[in-house]
Amino acid sequence: MTDMASLMEDRAAAKVISDNLRKPVDWDSPKIARNIKKRYAAERRFKIYGLAAIFLALTALFVLAGSIGSKGYSAFYQTYVQLEVTFDKSVIDPDGTGDPEVIGRANYDGLIKSALRERFPDVTARRDKRNLYGIVSGGASYDLRERVLENPSLIGQTRSVWLISGDDFDMLNKGYIDPAVPEGDRRLNDQEVGWYNELVADGAVDKQFHARFFTNGDSREPELAGIWGAAVGSFYTLIVTLALSFPIGVLAAIYLEEFAPKNRFTQIVEVNINNLAAVPSIVFGLLGLEVYLNVMHLPRSAPVVGGLTLALMTLPTIIIASRAAIKAVPPSIRQAALGLGASPVQTVTHHVLPLAMPGILTGTIIGMAQALGETAPLLMIGMVAFIVDVPGSALDPATVLPVQIYLWADSPERAFVEKTSAAIMVLLAFLVLMNGLAVYLRKKFERKW
Amino acid sequence: MAAVSQSAMTAEPSVEKPKMTARNLDLFYSDNQALFEVNLDIAEKQVTALIGPSGCGKSTFLRCMNRMNDTIDGVTIKGDVTLDGRDIYDKRIDVVQLRARIGMVFQKPNPFPKTIYDNVAYGPRIHGLVNSRDELDEIVMTSLERAGLLKEVKDRLQSPATGLSGGQQQRLCIARAVAVSPEVILMDEPCSALDPIATAKVEELIDELRSNYTIVIVTHSMQQAARVSQRTAFFHLGKLVEVGETDQIFTNPKDERTKGYITGRFG
Repeated sequence: MTDMASLMEDRAAAKVISDNLRKPVDWDSPKIARNIKKRYAAERRFKIYGLAAIFLALTALFVLAGSIGSKGYSAFYQTYVQLEVTFDKSVIDPDGTGDPEVIGRANYDGLIKSALRERFPDVTARRDKRNLYGIVSGGASYDLRERVLENPSLIGQTRSVWLISGDDFDMLNKGYIDPAVPEGDRRLNDQEVGWYNELVADGAVDKQFHARFFTNGDSREPELAGIWGAAVGSFYTLIVTLALSFPIGVLAAIYLEEFAPKNRFTQIVEVNINNLAAVPSIVFGLLGLEVYLNVMHLPRSAPVVGGLTLALMTLPTIIIASRAAIKAVPPSIRQAALGLGASPVQTVTHHVLPLAMPGILTGTIIGMAQALGETAPLLMIGMVAFIVDVPGSALDPATVLPVQIYLWADSPERAFVEKTSAAIMVLLAFLVLMNGLAVYLRKKFERKW
Repeated sequence: MAAVSQSAMTAEPSVEKPKMTARNLDLFYSDNQALFEVNLDIAEKQVTALIGPSGCGKSTFLRCMNRMNDTIDGVTIKGDVTLDGRDIYDKRIDVVQLRARIGMVFQKPNPFPKTIYDNVAYGPRIHGLVNSRDELDEIVMTSLERAGLLKEVKDRLQSPATGLSGGQQQRLCIARAVAVSPEVILMDEPCSALDPIATAKVEELIDELRSNYTIVIVTHSMQQAARVSQRTAFFHLGKLVEVGETDQIFTNPKDERTKGYITGRFG
């Protein structure tokens, strides 16, 4: 009976609705016109909000790029000082052996110092002399040594040579040290500024392209510090990360999506993968420290450990992206293959995987880009160490680009400010390159169905 | 229970030398029963049409015949389905080989996003049916010919199959199924996504294929069932209500429900 009653109620309700429907609508009434006006206003507002959001985002991007670029571009140039250097035979090769080993061991620093003393003969006080030697970088002696080893006929001659300047001098030349500031508040005293002005007047100060920045490892001297060591470290780290997380991630995604039974256990696995993607990266760093360093005793500060740690962090990203890509392959393709008698593995490898590949690659590269920019977990496993040598393999101690940025940003020398910005530019260039690669691969593998 | 005994009475499943048989077939999607005690024989080298209102279980039944339901979670099947007298749900049956012997054409044309040639060649390749490139070429050509598509595509075998029209795509799917030399071809509403001209072509094709293959076709169009099939089975609410010669079903149905459906009173 209750069924009957509810049926009657439904009928009654339906009748009211149909009565309303029977009433003709006056499309020209002011109420309708107001409604249309309101709708148009809402759409205009929405458009304005959208444009404002895009404008804000672009402004932020330009401000960021502009500030980094304006601070960092000067790091690609370096101040050089021209000096008359006497390649004194008694210093370089007193016995006249011509032996490269003897020549290589000579005191080139002394040659530069005497050249500076000759240039400014009135400097006599010990402290002033030390300041004077600061005009030229400590690394200039290596340049001189290379030059002589390459061309031993220089021995005994006096040549005017461009030498890389010290960081304070470089800063002064680039305008980061203002001579107008009271003497006590700046890194260079009046005497040093005077030397600079004298050299400039002689045309003996010049800015040149700073190739060292791209080829050197880290250094305590800003003018000698380069990004290459960190770039190579990042490269090895990412190779290890990719080699581990791509196959493991894709296989896990395929299994979960195509083969795993849908039960409680796989649900728990799924939830946990999604949770792992949200775990703060420093936690992965601590895990890496404990497992790889303390238990497995892998080398500290090595890209292999960094790669292993970052692979843990990248795995959830790759699994989630790959699963989404696999899920997006239309089921009709699977049915077609299965209906033809393809085995489940053939169905996946011949059809599902090729169609999902663009999405998988996009996810992988996003994960890799994330790993490239990751700092915190690497601090935990010792990749924050000060390492001068460019790593030769994934087992050598190394640092990576973002950690290098962190290290330089932390350094007190004024000249590291521009190095930091320049390193950020290099890192961003790598990221843009990787994202470009992602777009290219997606376009290349994309197929329509 | 009246319905069950009635279906047992009106369904005259037996034909002489059936290619495939279903006996007491029950199917459950988790807890929902979708098929109830279906008994049906598929005659060799004939077209059997499965008709009935939406959700009556005809597509489900069709997918039981090449075990495509295996791929769906939570499906349980009771009863027997045989091919040439052998139970296809037997543990010793290799489902991959079974699906090669019982081909399938789906509702929506689903060519692989590859070339026309590769679509047809895929089956023979994975089953290792050919030893040389020439043999494969021959199989591809014959299959396309059988599917009545060769004339239209022979100049563009290497162009993507997805560039074909819907009707051509469906005929390509038929060619693809034919290429592995199946004994039975199952068709799940093969014309529902096609226009009348393409439909006519596919129907013509089905009629020709009959001489070589046993065909089971699910269709919503009673005209189509009448045009292409020799035997028709009417499903309703998961039960096989009536099966018989197509002429008999359409002109002189024994069951009231069949009569009601084919005259358009429900469904």
